[in-house]
Amino acid sequence: MTETASADVPTVRLVDHDGAVVGDVDVGLADDDLRELLRLMIRCRRLDRECWALQRQGELTVYPPFEGQEASQVGSAFALGREDFVFPSFRELAAAIVRGVDVVEYLQYHRGTWHGGPYDPIASRFAPICVPVATQIVHAVGWAMGAKLDGIAACSLAYFGDGSASEGDFHEAANMAAVFRVPVVLFCQNNGWAISVPSSEQYAAPIAARAAGYGFPGVRVDGNDVLAVFAVTKQAVERARAGDGPTLIEAMTYRVGSHSTADDASRYRNDAEVEAWRERDPIDRYRTYLLGSGVIDHAFVGACDEEAAAWVAEIRVALTALGEPLASEMFDNAYADPPATLRRQRQALLGDG
Amino acid sequence: MVAALNAALRDALAGDPRTLVFGEDVGELGGVFRVTEGLQSEFGRERVFNTPIAEAGIAGICVGLAMAGWRPIAEMQFEGFSYPALDQVISHLAKYRERTRGRVGVPAVIRIPSFGGIKGKEHHGESPETYYVHTAGLKVVVPSSPLDAYRLLRLSIDDPDPVIFLEPKSRYWSKETGEPTVDGAGIGRARTVRHGGSCVVIAYGAMVTRCIEAAEVLSAEGIEVSVLDLRSLVPLDVEAIGEAVRATGHAVVVHEAPLTLGMGAEIVARIVEEAFDHLEAPVARVTGPDVPYPPASLEHRYLPSVERISTAVRRVVSY
Repeated sequence: MTETASADVPTVRLVDHDGAVVGDVDVGLADDDLRELLRLMIRCRRLDRECWALQRQGELTVYPPFEGQEASQVGSAFALGREDFVFPSFRELAAAIVRGVDVVEYLQYHRGTWHGGPYDPIASRFAPICVPVATQIVHAVGWAMGAKLDGIAACSLAYFGDGSASEGDFHEAANMAAVFRVPVVLFCQNNGWAISVPSSEQYAAPIAARAAGYGFPGVRVDGNDVLAVFAVTKQAVERARAGDGPTLIEAMTYRVGSHSTADDASRYRNDAEVEAWRERDPIDRYRTYLLGSGVIDHAFVGACDEEAAAWVAEIRVALTALGEPLASEMFDNAYADPPATLRRQRQALLGDG
Repeated sequence: MVAALNAALRDALAGDPRTLVFGEDVGELGGVFRVTEGLQSEFGRERVFNTPIAEAGIAGICVGLAMAGWRPIAEMQFEGFSYPALDQVISHLAKYRERTRGRVGVPAVIRIPSFGGIKGKEHHGESPETYYVHTAGLKVVVPSSPLDAYRLLRLSIDDPDPVIFLEPKSRYWSKETGEPTVDGAGIGRARTVRHGGSCVVIAYGAMVTRCIEAAEVLSAEGIEVSVLDLRSLVPLDVEAIGEAVRATGHAVVVHEAPLTLGMGAEIVARIVEEAFDHLEAPVARVTGPDVPYPPASLEHRYLPSVERISTAVRRVVSY
């Protein structure tokens, strides 16, 4: 009998759950950057909680919270350069914030004002929010093929979840990325749950271990350790830019909230599990570490909280002031050059064809 | 037609350094139908390349390549193998311009050898056009002759929107004299390939030739038939359809695809909207039946034949 493939995959961790250093925390970041990581995570969480409230108040349609995954998203997005291109799924608001995507434009998606690309994807180097599971991984590979053909030193990074890794598109993307040796980082946020289906019912071997089968490195990282996530992503990005091909990163994290505002996680998982993960909170851990190392003091944390609160309040005002889109926009962008039959339909519906 | 398509790809690759040709076996082999023959040696392995057998991947990379500023021309090996790509085509290629508020279009062409009549194995004779026609955001082009194939493929490659280019396999070995050119009507204009005053027969792809054959038979009986080659299904030339029906008062629609919700259903509805007052008889449809495409030995019973088309025209004009 052959050995099962569920053999342990080592997990990269630099700062332990209680903030203690357990690895080489010199990841090449200056103190300002170390502080910025905390500031961003605090902002992200604040906005995430505000979005939940906005949905409950009828200002957003459906919202997928990312609480618990701040380190995975902020740490990885922070490792990217200006020219690199992110291909998100639908839970990467934190990564979008790091990338400088216009947040009010982004949230128009969850407000139901427009579909997945309400912001400028090219200018922000952040592809449209992508709901069809795993399809965006293929787009990231296509972009990386283009970048390689152009000879530019940039990479793409695709975010996807543990459930996405079960889709055929994950496999096709990973294999193509390897065969064409393109500069792409496949970043899996393994948050333990695909709506109500736990990891144990999703796969039988670590997702990171699959990389060997495709012929490129796979690494598992503590997804709640922002420095570890930054370090492994930085390494993957540099590898990609150097022409050495793709890397698969599996960030072990946890979705503390429900799948979305339309979901009730208490129907399928117990409080004890959630509490255990709350004790491994990525922000608490990193704050403890920074306080202990003297990079920040309590006043800095207080300032971050205040700044985040003011920022979120501005977003709320801007978002709730948005009007309805024009009905004509349905027709404006279906085609660059719309068929005559479509112009007739527009005329019949809007009278402005 | 294979040579015309090959020339169109060659001229597009030569004319625009951002165009790429890829798919299964399109490299050294030149594709299973040789449409890409010689292109890899001429333009290099970076611009003309084989992909793994991964149809969703082939369609999906078109999106990323387009975002990086490239113009992808992808080949699906056979229509029956193109279905794994439908999610990428329907969910992304077709919708990207709309989803991004007009900021990012996907100017890709997906070429798909399609339709029956070559005694192929199962999954090698199907008519997938309705899946694409029903998906907003796509254009769907079907050439019927070599010169049209050249021109329409060039225009499709230049089009800013994604084009599904369905190549009628049974016409791959057809010949036509004349110089290929991009000049002429744009995508979306039908063409009257035969003129007659008794009835118009509306078709596309390989059925155009069959309708001309039926028209010759009917001509000997004194029934003069117009044949309208649609050339593209999206955009659909409803003006030409209406004009042809108003001129004759009789119409027959012919396609290989199964009857129910085939293009015939849409075309008849358009005829009712455009020319109801001019109709002198109900419009007839001659199509494949609502069954899976049959094995080679039965495909002549499945596909619209000269006899079935002629019979339908006789019935319509004598109504």
